[in-house]
Amino acid sequence: MSAQNDITVPVMRLYAFLAIVLLAALGLAARAFNLQITETDFLKEQGEARFMREVEVPVRRGNILDRNGEPLAVSTPVDSVWVNPGELLQSPEDIARLAAVLGADADEIQRRLTQRAQREFVWLKRRLHPDLAAQIQALNLPGVFLQKEYRRFYPAGEVAAHVIGFTNIDDIGQEGLELAYNDWLQGKPGVKRVIRDRLGRTVEHAELIRESVPGQELQLTIDRRLQYLAYRELKRTVLKHGARSGTVVVLDIDTGEVLAMVNWPSYNPNQPSIDSEGLRNRAVTDVYEPGSVMKPFSIASALEAGIVTPDTPIDTTPGRISIGGYTISDHHNYGPLDVTRVITKSSNVGATKIALELDSEQMWNTYDRLGFGNVTGTGFPGESAGVLRNHKRWRRVEQATLSYGYGLSVTTLQLASAFAAVADDGKMRRPSLIKGADNPAVSAIEPRIARQVAAMLETVTGPEGTGKSARVSNYRVSGKTGTSRKASAAGYASRYIGSFAGYAPSSDPKLVCVVVVNDPTGDEYYGGQVAAPLFSTVMGGALRLLDIAPDDYQRVLAYRTSRILGQSEPGTKGGQP
Amino acid sequence: MNARLSLTLILLALVTASALGVVYTRHQSRSLAVELGELENARDEIIAEWSRLQLEQAWLADASHVESKARRELGMDQPADTEILVVEP
Repeated sequence: MSAQNDITVPVMRLYAFLAIVLLAALGLAARAFNLQITETDFLKEQGEARFMREVEVPVRRGNILDRNGEPLAVSTPVDSVWVNPGELLQSPEDIARLAAVLGADADEIQRRLTQRAQREFVWLKRRLHPDLAAQIQALNLPGVFLQKEYRRFYPAGEVAAHVIGFTNIDDIGQEGLELAYNDWLQGKPGVKRVIRDRLGRTVEHAELIRESVPGQELQLTIDRRLQYLAYRELKRTVLKHGARSGTVVVLDIDTGEVLAMVNWPSYNPNQPSIDSEGLRNRAVTDVYEPGSVMKPFSIASALEAGIVTPDTPIDTTPGRISIGGYTISDHHNYGPLDVTRVITKSSNVGATKIALELDSEQMWNTYDRLGFGNVTGTGFPGESAGVLRNHKRWRRVEQATLSYGYGLSVTTLQLASAFAAVADDGKMRRPSLIKGADNPAVSAIEPRIARQVAAMLETVTGPEGTGKSARVSNYRVSGKTGTSRKASAAGYASRYIGSFAGYAPSSDPKLVCVVVVNDPTGDEYYGGQVAAPLFSTVMGGALRLLDIAPDDYQRVLAYRTSRILGQSEPGTKGGQP
Repeated sequence: MNARLSLTLILLALVTASALGVVYTRHQSRSLAVELGELENARDEIIAEWSRLQLEQAWLADASHVESKARRELGMDQPADTEILVVEP
């Protein structure tokens, strides 16, 4: 028994030992299988993560150009300095040296870095001056790095600030077209995977994960020369009359392109201050009651309805009219006029008498077709549609005031667009700010009616008109003055908006220009006094800059030549072409 | 026997050649990558220079800048209406 037992025990041991060995081998095999087959991806990834890095490929934001290719916004690389707090905090004297170069307080930097000691990346100062960046590079401090970033510059500065807008520190559009076309301009940064050595140098490009899409250029319809001219003259006028603000818009009639759009006050987009009063592009965001510049459109509506012709007599005696307990009056008693002279003299009574004959729906319809109460469709951020209430809710007195531009509100751009339609045989185009936009013309009013209204508008700058100071020498100018009282909480205050909307040359209109001067505080506040002279300088300069021939240049030519040749020998004067 | 040995030798030679080829192309790919990086940097530098020149040009050609120079330094002025001679095109 015992002998048998002696043999049995070692055999048992042997089996037990074998089992253990087998189990261990199985365990190893399983682990090997686990590592090699099931977890291989994870492990490989972890291994690569030790030396592979995904790096962003930065892209440059597209430039913004004017219609002639002149730059209005350009991105250029500058250096920003960032630090690894853990590394830099080890040597306080390095912080002191860095602070000295940056002109900052060393203790302040120390405090900031200590607060963020757990991080590996802290911006110290962004968008350095190139000289400063070179100095920091020369210090060669551990834990201090320079990173290339793009900074946006606006060479036209305050002149085009409202149209273009600006970007924030992360290069994202905040205002104006920078905001509206942010995606187009921005592009998409790419990502590439690179192999780096222990010191962080790139050894090999492993693969391109995402191709970078560079930001695209944006060409505007703005003409920088005209923009500058309009801004300079607007600023001069606003300061001269102590006005609160002002706007000038110039459109190309044949295409609907905006050639100039300026506002005052303005701001410097290179260093924008966010709460600035000058930030808004008033030409499209601000609405106001336009006043008499609306008269041509109510008259157009009456002509369309066939209730008057340009020669129909309208008696405005005694210069006032009472409707529903509300008195509408003229500046003088103009006595008997005809429809044309209602425009020439800008008679509120005349416009009222005509409008009261009109069907309200007809009148609303004309205004609506000319774009009032609708956004112009430029896509500009914050563009206002203005206010034109539905004709079903018009009272009689409202219909009367609407005929001379009260009871509705419009933007300067809407007015410009509507005047362009009158100038161009009733063809309405969507105003555009981007070059190459497709703007098919839509007929807003009949060509015959448009020409009749246009003929009336030309009398405004004539000998009897209210807009004589809008004249441009050698050119025929058509337009309409407007002076509206500003509505306030306590009714209409004795504060005014003086405006002039017009176009030239009258025989073949090319440019339309609308000028609005808000709240002039001097003695002069009529549109014919404050806005018309500004219109004249801007329009005159624009016609010359764009090489638009005078209406009757043959006559001008003959007259000039005779005068100049009469004064001096040919060649001495005007010898240089 | 002889045939087997020669086959082995041929295969050995081929393997060695292929290994050298790998080393060579690897080296070439790295040096080309370095060159690509340098060229990309040079391109970025040129683009940056171009944007700086554009800005400088824009500032120099700025209408207010030109106008003040023309008026002050060159004594130029806008000709009066009567001083302009119209030339027939």
